Amino acid sequence: MQKFKTIKSIPAYLPIVNIDTDMIIPKQFLKTIKRTGLGKNLFYEMRYNEKGTPIDDFILNASPFNDSKILIAGKNFGCGSSREHAPWALLDFGITCVISSSYADIFYNNCFKNGILPIVLPEAKIKELSEYSKRKEEIIVNLEKQKITFGNNEIDFEIDQFKKKCLIEGLDDIALSLEKNPKITEFEKKLSSNRPWIFND
Amino acid sequence: MSKTLYDKIWDDHLVHTQDDGTSLLYVDRHLVHEVTSPQAFEGLRNSNRKVRQPNLTLAVADHNVPTSDRSKGISDKESKLQVETLEKNCEEFGIKLFGMNDKRQGIVHIIGPEQGFTQPGSIIVCGDSHTATHGAFGSLAFGIGTSEVEHVLATQTLVQKKSKNFRIKVDGKLSIGVTSKDVILQIIGKIGTAGGTGYVIEYAGSLISSLSVEQRMTICNMTIEGGARAGLIEPDEKIFNYLNGRPMSPKKENWDKALDYWSKLKSDDDANFDKEVTLDGKDIMPMVTWGTSPQDVISIDGRIPNPENEADEDRKNSIERSLKYMGLKPGTAIKDVKIDKVFIGSCTNGRIEDLRDAAKIVKNKKVAQHVYAMVVPGSGLVKQQAEQEGLDKVFKDSGFDWREPGCSMCLAMNADKLKPEERCASTSNRNFEGRQGRGGRTHLVSPGMAAAAAISGSLDDVRKFQN
Repeated sequence: MQKFKTIKSIPAYLPIVNIDTDMIIPKQFLKTIKRTGLGKNLFYEMRYNEKGTPIDDFILNASPFNDSKILIAGKNFGCGSSREHAPWALLDFGITCVISSSYADIFYNNCFKNGILPIVLPEAKIKELSEYSKRKEEIIVNLEKQKITFGNNEIDFEIDQFKKKCLIEGLDDIALSLEKNPKITEFEKKLSSNRPWIFND
Repeated sequence: MSKTLYDKIWDDHLVHTQDDGTSLLYVDRHLVHEVTSPQAFEGLRNSNRKVRQPNLTLAVADHNVPTSDRSKGISDKESKLQVETLEKNCEEFGIKLFGMNDKRQGIVHIIGPEQGFTQPGSIIVCGDSHTATHGAFGSLAFGIGTSEVEHVLATQTLVQKKSKNFRIKVDGKLSIGVTSKDVILQIIGKIGTAGGTGYVIEYAGSLISSLSVEQRMTICNMTIEGGARAGLIEPDEKIFNYLNGRPMSPKKENWDKALDYWSKLKSDDDANFDKEVTLDGKDIMPMVTWGTSPQDVISIDGRIPNPENEADEDRKNSIERSLKYMGLKPGTAIKDVKIDKVFIGSCTNGRIEDLRDAAKIVKNKKVAQHVYAMVVPGSGLVKQQAEQEGLDKVFKDSGFDWREPGCSMCLAMNADKLKPEERCASTSNRNFEGRQGRGGRTHLVSPGMAAAAAISGSLDDVRKFQN
């Protein structure tokens, strides 16, 4: 996984609540056996018309937002399906940070596995940031300091310290868990005597 | 200290806990399907890792499979490649697979219980958000992403932080024509689509315990639509009887040991829940969704809401957007809404009892002329059972299309989909924009309600058809 570095980018604001993963990446693009190449299909049905032509007034189609690395969105972002294709599509488009007042659990976890930082802010702060985004000026997201800087203003954000470490160091969590191999083996030994039916049938 | 059922299952699966509470949990059962697994197997290959416990893993192709004649194979090239990739991966890593032509093939959340792979007190995961279904057996079951699928394949564990406890109590009795689908739709309407975020829900109360095993699965299945990753129900005799003798259920002395363990799986009387909601069965009516989120739900006697009556700006915008997409006007009686298609199936309502419910309504009646209606059984075994009972004939006689098992038009990854602006009464779980096909308009209902809509040609009250 790519190490997460400080981001400087003009944020794009999508003022919709409950953006589900079907919206982020519709099912026709789930037939891939790869993780890459999904960026062009991100938000497909909002972004292109039925003929596949880009819809001009969709935010991510217009400059400078077509280069945004930061997406601000309404509450409960990423609800619905567990498809990791949603963060893959965001990442492939170039978005490495999402800012919302809340996320669905599975999507939230999936972000961290792909080097994407999902920031949770109170509604009032989201409003402030989304207003600022109309200026089309860069903002800075610094994970190390847990700080968003826009103009002369700053917002601090909270994050789970273990998740922060994994993002900053780009850690492979399978490798981390495999270091616990002796503990897993020990658990399995106990399991085969305490709940033998798990293995035996 | 008193514990909830969720607390107990969690504690029994702890391999390791870090100081910050991040825990490594052992996974007893892993279900795998073709859409969310190829990149996980690829990851294993790239890092030279093996599947730690192939025997605790079961695979099936369901999302992409055609529901028409299968002897011709899959015509869509990408779908075909994905299904073949699953076959190759299962062979290479030694995982049991129900192939497309195996009569045990079906939707992953239907075959798990059917085979006895799903068991009380176990942790069950799958790269699919509707894994919550298995919670009906008193297991902790939840959906995971593909990176986590790879993690489970490699380590048979998952890194998790504990959720909070949420109890939803439903007491009383179901009125005639009301099903567990209506119960869960009403719950989601009440708590909202994010109401369960950060929680594991335990469903309790006299109405919940009165439900059959299959009805309980419908409730747990849609837990994710209320934002909670997992929903579970204390297992009881009905669950144990259901599992007894299934191909992958414990046998002989292991059955006795398992039964002993399973019988103790319940929340302590004085266990603490961080959040509680109570419903009364008598207040639950046949429900139908009008919008593009499962929380946009009203009873069949209701009218489409008016966004102007909403104080909350976000909610107002969201209703306006939904109504525009759905092609509906505020104040319209939902019963006056004409439909084009009917879909009966999915991991929510594709089991034998669902088909029996629907067949009872359509028997000796005809599907309205302008309506195309389809039944997609949840598995090959459900299909076989239905055919033994003559349900296929009931459906076909009334004009329904009787199809092969799979996920089908619940998510429209295969050829079964809505055309733009087509309106569907569907027994599935999501009414998101584009879910059943670009521009398609979905109304979520119970199997009986879907059957009633097929006959009437409009959304209708199933109670009208009860004898």
